[in-house]
Amino acid sequence: MKPATAHEPLSHAPGARRAFGAHRAVLAVVPLLLPESEIRLPGLCQKLEELFGMTTRVHAGGFDPSSALDPSRGQYNSRALLEMLLHEARPEAARVLGVGGIDLFVPVLSYVFGEAELDGRVAVVSTHRLEPERYGLPPDPQLSAARLLKEATHELGHTFGLVHCREPDCVMHSSTYVEEIDLKLARFCPRCDFRRRAPAKGR
Amino acid sequence: MESVSILIVDDEFSVRDSLTHWFKKDGHAVDAAENATQALHLLQERPHDIVFLDIKMPGMDGMELQERIHAIDPGIVIIVLTAFASVDTAVRAMKQGAFDYVTKPVDPDELSHLVERATRQQHLERENARLRETIDGLGGVELIVGTSPGMQRVFELIQMVARTDATVLIRGESGTGKELVARSIHASSTRRYFPIVPVNCGALPETLLESELFGHEKGAFTGAQFRRKGKLEMADGGTLFLDEIGTISLKMQVDLLRVLETKEFCRLGGSRPIKVDFRVVCATNEDLQVRVKEGTFREDLFYRINVFTLDVPPLRERSSDIPALAMHFVTKLAQQMDKRVTEISPAAMEKLRNHHWPGNVRELANAIERAMVVGKPPRIQPQDLPFLAPLVSDLPGQALADVERNHIAAVLNQTGWNIKAAARVLEIDRATLYNKIAKYHLRETRNGS
Repeated sequence: MKPATAHEPLSHAPGARRAFGAHRAVLAVVPLLLPESEIRLPGLCQKLEELFGMTTRVHAGGFDPSSALDPSRGQYNSRALLEMLLHEARPEAARVLGVGGIDLFVPVLSYVFGEAELDGRVAVVSTHRLEPERYGLPPDPQLSAARLLKEATHELGHTFGLVHCREPDCVMHSSTYVEEIDLKLARFCPRCDFRRRAPAKGR
Repeated sequence: MESVSILIVDDEFSVRDSLTHWFKKDGHAVDAAENATQALHLLQERPHDIVFLDIKMPGMDGMELQERIHAIDPGIVIIVLTAFASVDTAVRAMKQGAFDYVTKPVDPDELSHLVERATRQQHLERENARLRETIDGLGGVELIVGTSPGMQRVFELIQMVARTDATVLIRGESGTGKELVARSIHASSTRRYFPIVPVNCGALPETLLESELFGHEKGAFTGAQFRRKGKLEMADGGTLFLDEIGTISLKMQVDLLRVLETKEFCRLGGSRPIKVDFRVVCATNEDLQVRVKEGTFREDLFYRINVFTLDVPPLRERSSDIPALAMHFVTKLAQQMDKRVTEISPAAMEKLRNHHWPGNVRELANAIERAMVVGKPPRIQPQDLPFLAPLVSDLPGQALADVERNHIAAVLNQTGWNIKAAARVLEIDRATLYNKIAKYHLRETRNGS
């Protein structure tokens, strides 16, 4: 699959369910200081389309996250980023996902892998703390891609009103350190899947 | 992890905001307050399990707020947040009962584990308290000592009435063990896994009894700074034991009757009716029928509580139980006092058996305790019981005045120099008793006490 272009629908993944004539909701994906060599985005988009039955559109215009940078910490405030992404999002986008290569934090915590507005429209994830190299291990692109997919799915799950799940292999299981991400699967458990699909108030 | 209710108190918006979002994603119910006043207000509105508390706040600081929170609910787990890694502050917070202490910024992994640990600890404490209550409530018939026909009848009646949900009125002199009988009824009933809540109606003035029973809302009266649950609510599902029911005022009798009939009430200063389900067991050492005739006890309340009456005999009517009871107290107290007293000499036992025991089993327990304090192990001797005045019949024949003097002295000693009680036993008025005390130069002596 070719990499996505700005505001163009990515091709639908084979097997993805789509009612005849129905318009699929749009998931806008916004790269945030993602390294040039980052080739994971198309793969990530394809998987997210399969999982959420949405059409992904990659935002190719410039997005400058620098106003979310806290110089004293050298980290980006993820809550500030969420607000900026929401402001930037086109109205037709049902969900907005920021994907960055930057270190994220929320003020009271030392770091986060990602952040999302619970039962809202916007989420952000970062590859920064997902890379094995960061922990003194050899690079493993496949593992990094798998972690990114799980975290992106997890944060998007929050935008559908899902909270942390007790099932250890459900993607909504809480992960506070990187090895925990590897223990879960890139899928929702039946209960979370049911809740995600159930129509909710105000959505 | 189980969902809990969390309150975040921090003057920094970003901290409140980020923690609120973090915990909401864990499925917890979260409230946030920017200062102590707001926090106390929220704590009044609904219960919280865990409070995250910033130490440095303008106005009332975290330390002071921590004390106030524990005054409202000692079961709340407090976790102190601070940007200052000061050991002093940490120690002070922990000494005041904080569960733990974290320095901002917190590692997400640490925070998740902290909440999990706090929840587990709180569960254990609550379960512990519940088990304690259950054990207290389960101390039943087997803890009442007595093989006399009078007590056998009491045991039969307890077993008979316990399984029903009928209101029970326990009658008996002071110190006969009416509360133990009430606990036995509760322990043998289907409500035994819920609490038995005793209320000593005679120990509290009317206004305090009212708030003790019904609870109150914040601001219901001067000094009602916080909302408080009453005993009626605490007894929900279990048994409410109203001791000394005869002492409550006529106004309280009206309120109580209404609750007993509807099982519904409002807290003082509140308007929301609260439904409760409890069994009522009352106790009295007065003749309530006489009080009804005098007009000091409402007839309708009397009939409401007098569904099943159980009379506990005074100790003097079951003197055959005295040796077993005395030995029961010796064994129990020896363990508590760590004293190797194991027996009572035959002469001392005789002295115990011959005493009139106006204070009943409670007096006997006190007598044994005093004897164990002054006596030498391993045996209680008659000289360890000097405060038990010999009966008049034990005295050799003397002049009438001597007999009267000795008898008055004996009754005064037996009643602990309670003039009103002694006058009642002697069937003379108090003025006459004072005259006789003066005439015979009687003085209160406190042998061995």
